[in-house]
Amino acid sequence: MTDTGREADGGASARQALDTLTLRLIDSIATAVRRSIERGELPHIELPVRSLANVTYDVDKGYFELGETLKTRTLTVNTVRSFAQTLRLMAASRQMVQGNDFATKREAYYISKNWGDCRFDAQTESDAIMDDIEALASLHGLAREQLRFYPESHGGSVAGPLTVIDTDPETGAVLEIDCANLGSGAWSVPRSVEQLGFRTDADFILAIETGGMFQRLNHHRYWKQANCILVEMGGVPTRATRRFIRRLSDDTDLPVYCFVDCDPYGFANIYRTLKVGSGNAAHINRFFCVPRAQYLGVTPQDIIDYRLEDATHPLTRTDIKRAGDAVKNDPFFASHPRWIAAIEQLLGMGVRAEQQALAKWGLNYVIDEYLPRKLENRESFLP
Amino acid sequence: MTKEASTYSTAHELAGRQREISVSEFFLKNRHLLGFDSPSKALLITVKEAVDNALDACEEAGILPGIQVEIADQGDHIFRVAVEDNGPGILENQIARIFGKLLYGSRFHKLSQSRGQQGMGISAAGMYAQLTTGKSLHVISRVTGEPMASELFVSIDTAKNRPELHGRKKIEWDRPHGTRVEVEIEGRYQKGIHSVDMYLKQTAIANPHVSFHFRGPHGEAASYTRSSSALPPRPMEIKPHPRGVELGRLIQMLNNTSSRTLLQFLENEFSRVGRKTAREIVKHTRHRLTERSLPKRIAHVQAQALYRAIKKVPVTAPRTDCIVPIGEARLYEGMHKEIDAGFYIVKTRPPAVYRGNPFQVEVGLAWGRPGGAGLAVDAGGRIHKAAHHQRDASEALALKADEPARLLRFANRVPLLYQQDGCAITKAVLQTNWRSYGLQQPKGALPVAPLVILVHLASVWVPFTSEAKEAIAPYPEIIRELKLGLQACARKLAEHLRQENRLKREYDKRTHIEKYLPHVGIALQEILELTDAQRDQSVAALDEVLQQTRKRP
Repeated sequence: MTDTGREADGGASARQALDTLTLRLIDSIATAVRRSIERGELPHIELPVRSLANVTYDVDKGYFELGETLKTRTLTVNTVRSFAQTLRLMAASRQMVQGNDFATKREAYYISKNWGDCRFDAQTESDAIMDDIEALASLHGLAREQLRFYPESHGGSVAGPLTVIDTDPETGAVLEIDCANLGSGAWSVPRSVEQLGFRTDADFILAIETGGMFQRLNHHRYWKQANCILVEMGGVPTRATRRFIRRLSDDTDLPVYCFVDCDPYGFANIYRTLKVGSGNAAHINRFFCVPRAQYLGVTPQDIIDYRLEDATHPLTRTDIKRAGDAVKNDPFFASHPRWIAAIEQLLGMGVRAEQQALAKWGLNYVIDEYLPRKLENRESFLP
Repeated sequence: MTKEASTYSTAHELAGRQREISVSEFFLKNRHLLGFDSPSKALLITVKEAVDNALDACEEAGILPGIQVEIADQGDHIFRVAVEDNGPGILENQIARIFGKLLYGSRFHKLSQSRGQQGMGISAAGMYAQLTTGKSLHVISRVTGEPMASELFVSIDTAKNRPELHGRKKIEWDRPHGTRVEVEIEGRYQKGIHSVDMYLKQTAIANPHVSFHFRGPHGEAASYTRSSSALPPRPMEIKPHPRGVELGRLIQMLNNTSSRTLLQFLENEFSRVGRKTAREIVKHTRHRLTERSLPKRIAHVQAQALYRAIKKVPVTAPRTDCIVPIGEARLYEGMHKEIDAGFYIVKTRPPAVYRGNPFQVEVGLAWGRPGGAGLAVDAGGRIHKAAHHQRDASEALALKADEPARLLRFANRVPLLYQQDGCAITKAVLQTNWRSYGLQQPKGALPVAPLVILVHLASVWVPFTSEAKEAIAPYPEIIRELKLGLQACARKLAEHLRQENRLKREYDKRTHIEKYLPHVGIALQEILELTDAQRDQSVAALDEVLQQTRKRP
């Protein structure tokens, strides 16, 4: 039974520490601005550059990381508007931390409608400012969720031998959720997972691409058979899902196995994003990447090993381009020769296979044959 | 055959009907040639001719002109026009001929810059009055020093081009000297570009030493007060220059001269011809003409040869000091007092010559941006909207951004109100590439800008395209000078526009910044829990920092 240190108070003290850090950060920026003004200087805010030029792939850490280049947003004609918006959004963030509330990105956009001239004209504007603040906070070890800006999309579903320790937002009472005891349903990952504590005796976490496959495995209680926690990603995993898997695997020290379609989208978009994050949100990757993730399948070799050739589809032009990009331009794949070999193998076969292709051998072939055989040989998982 | 022939006239019959046509009769039938082709134009031309005469009279006598113009509506499209000046007055026995005979004047036979040229205008107005209302010209004039004024009613015997007097008496007049002309004509009083008001306003611009008082037919009154009490210098009278003389005029001059020899004739009657040049001309003539030939005896063929010789022999360019421009300072004054604009540029070109006639070009531009850049920088380097004095709209020469520029043409200080399209000035303006000076200009049209373009051409002989003196003939030399003047002003305007735009951009930037400063204050207040006073202090300090750090405009 693995316990995390947060269950005693439902993560309240950890959350408090993060909140203090957040408030201190906002306070320090505002104070610096005010001091500059009083010294008779133009105030400025230093923000990390979020462009790809300032993103590096750290092989050791195993994720895309924001470089050290900072941009200085000095108050000038061109920046005065975004400067004021940045400060006002930070003030809003401070208020939400203090009042233990949150705003979705859309709501943050609407908050500004009360700001007069300073209002955001479109959500893309508020999103960009928010990304700046988030990038700044990330330098101080804070994620956007700590700033109380929550993503719109919720997380995936979870089922298996896992107890999630949460608090009732209204009463603050500690709640325990047993994910093995939810009948035919599943527990859904909340938008912010920072306050959660975990208790589990599972052996590994299985992250599944499709809702359909998750349902099948949950329905037949595969998690009981394999003693694992099932997490449904639903395509490219949302921030909440990624952060949840990261925290779960960190806190419980469990390996994460990914079970996705055998196509370039599955490799380069779903798996790669889960494991190392994405380039254009590099400032958050340190919180969202899941370095423990490994690729269980479906691999190109599985198509041969499980004789799925006649259940495949030809690669589309987009697939081929995406695979080419992954081989040539993606530092993550480039640092893993086994991945390069696998992608080239797929390109050689010119086909792709979905998870559901295994149903060719019977609906539950995946439970009875495929997953057990794969799990026997974990070295075959791709990095 | 005989029957048909009867419908034709025999030479004898024709001869019986052929008779001399007097100039007066000719113009009675061709009144449009003098500009009396529509009732509204007739009214304006009448005022214009009377005012032109009044101004010339005052200036020649060295008197600062004060002119009163009154128009009274007599009903039934009849208007009574009265123009009164404070000039030297006219001798009684001259009045009849001045007002009652066409082509009688002091200026036709001399080459000197003046408003009137032909001695036709005011008599033509009188003739038009006779034609439309049957009323005579009513003239009151008092010569300086005379105890009484003369009052006369003058009409024209059109068949004989001779004045007819009806009544002549001495009256008391409260003016020490001056002339009042009243005429009753059929006309139409209108507002707009071709209005009497606009004519007076434009005259006031080009003549800042003149005061006008105007009373319109519907009780409207306007005053244009002089801004300068300096009379323009009197233009010098010059003799014709050989380059400009036409064959017909040469023959006429040969007949009229009092010189006894050809050599003397050339020396005496032309400017810039000395003995040496005169000999040179005679030498080139041949056709048995000698230096001693009697001018009156020179035959047509010989005159032709003489004419060719004159054109062949190089002659010094005519003197140009006989031209009196308005002058940059006076022109600026005139524009400034009558045109409501933000920026004025004036340029007086050096004199030049066309066909032996000296002339001089002046250009003025008045630029005003509506809603205006009207920005001013104060001592602290802050930019403010400048207070803008707005004149009465009806009085202002509208300066609108989305309309073509207003073109004001002047010849010898007289505004040209008609035939803009056929005028050399318009051609020169259209040929100027305003786009390269930062203005919009549709192809072959006036620039579209809040701009008044004023062009003045001063010359001893303005080459009008018609007797109505409405448009200037496009001699290449004139076009060239006009364009140079326009370009010089346009360059200055472009410079000003760049500066104005810089200031405008800087103002916009500062306004933009100032819009967001309160929000920085609010955010700081919320985060740092400041009092309102602390917040306002921070915003004020930030405003100061921004003003200090931005470059001074």
